[in-house]
Amino acid sequence: MMIPACRLADLPRGEAFRLDADPPVSVFHTDDGEVFAIDDTCTHQDASLADGWLEGCEVECPLHASKFDLRTGAVDSPPAKLPVRTHEVVVEDGMIYVRLSTEAPNLPPCISARLAGGPA
Amino acid sequence: MRTVAVVGASLAGLSAARSLRKQGFDGRLVVIGDEPHRPYDRPPLSKEFLSGTLGEAELALEAEGEDLAAEWLLGARATGLDHTARSVRLAHGPEVRADGFVIATGAVARALPGSAGLAGVHTLRTLDDARALRDELAGGGRLVVIGGGFIGAEVASTAYALGLDVTVVEAAPTPLAGPLGATMGAVVSGLHTDHGVRLLCGVGVKGLSGERRVDAVLLEDGRSVPADIVVVGVGALPCVEWLEGSGIVLDNGVKCGADGRTSLAGVVAVGDCANWYDPRAGHHRRVEHWTGARERPEAAVATLLAGGAVEPGVPRPPYFWSDQYGVRIQFAGHAAEADSITVEAGAADDRDVLAVYRRDGRPVAVLGMNQPRLFMRARKQLAAGTS
Repeated sequence: MMIPACRLADLPRGEAFRLDADPPVSVFHTDDGEVFAIDDTCTHQDASLADGWLEGCEVECPLHASKFDLRTGAVDSPPAKLPVRTHEVVVEDGMIYVRLSTEAPNLPPCISARLAGGPA
Repeated sequence: MRTVAVVGASLAGLSAARSLRKQGFDGRLVVIGDEPHRPYDRPPLSKEFLSGTLGEAELALEAEGEDLAAEWLLGARATGLDHTARSVRLAHGPEVRADGFVIATGAVARALPGSAGLAGVHTLRTLDDARALRDELAGGGRLVVIGGGFIGAEVASTAYALGLDVTVVEAAPTPLAGPLGATMGAVVSGLHTDHGVRLLCGVGVKGLSGERRVDAVLLEDGRSVPADIVVVGVGALPCVEWLEGSGIVLDNGVKCGADGRTSLAGVVAVGDCANWYDPRAGHHRRVEHWTGARERPEAAVATLLAGGAVEPGVPRPPYFWSDQYGVRIQFAGHAAEADSITVEAGAADDRDVLAVYRRDGRPVAVLGMNQPRLFMRARKQLAAGTS
């Protein structure tokens, strides 16, 4: 599914836009002008990667400093152990569109438990 | 260097083992841990694990399929270091000989004198501690937490969410005044009273009452607080008594240089047991934070492998976090150095705030409550300012 995120002109380089999908997705505009979309929630604990620190093609989780590669979703160091999903990005007529991955997301245990109806 | 022994199998020990391999050490690697468990993450023990949201499997620090080609000696307590023979003695089993040693034995929860053998009294440091406490909290009742520091506050918050009747007793006039300063310590510890958890400050604990099981906490002002369960959260002591007589210099833990080197050649120390020199402050600091245990082994291992011939990097400001009553608390830097605190975003009364601590106008620390984005940026600025 192709979802319109925001206008490229409204997303300055070095910034992120959080897309209210389920689970949420974040769109990053790197300092080099590239645009990437990954799952917004850190795979370790409930934290928004859109709130994180963007450097090159990596974003550092604002809580515990695991870094995710925007191109592959790979994680570099603990506490996170699993990658985030990456999503295809298309820019058309100045609008950023995200095609959601069909893979299963790697959500942190507390979120998975909540979705499964367990204790929040 | 052909064999390295890492003594301690928690986050600092695992990080050291990983750093050794990452930095090209391909010799024999022995990791010695006194607990029977593979390396596990401790921060959830007072929060998600205690509440039952997170299971034991999810505490594992090693990634699935991760293989450091190490020999794991678990359930093996180190009892001595013989520097001349280059060996670690174990309580059970043969000694371990090595050329290089990483000391990562951590810290142990400080107990309350006279509480030994009394059922219902807990400390919280290890997975086994957390299992026992979790099982007791499941029965409900009245919980008294002795100590209003971060561990005590997190246990209180978790127990409150589980429906227990909770009282926190703190000897100091303001909880958290050490790590956060009195002003923000009062704001953060205000979370207890926001939620109807009783907070008794400025009063010491005289002792516990009960025959076989605790039934009350006795305060120095004569009051008695009824209790079904007591958690003692009054700090931790570095696990270094096993090193006495080894010739290594001990001073509030293992005394280390800014690169993790100890007074003995071929021996470095990391994590909660290590008292590192902070060149910026001009004195030693023992930092008991997850982030330090995660980051410092890289420098210490470089020192060990280079035989001490590396320049120590500038330490990043210490960082820690805490989740209490649904509020995410983050702190970086050193509160004690500050001469002023300003609220830069949000409001302290709303428990939604970014506060910057300064000395002579220069930022020395930053506190965030529910402000991860702004906090992250402020923390980066703080780190950049120290380089």
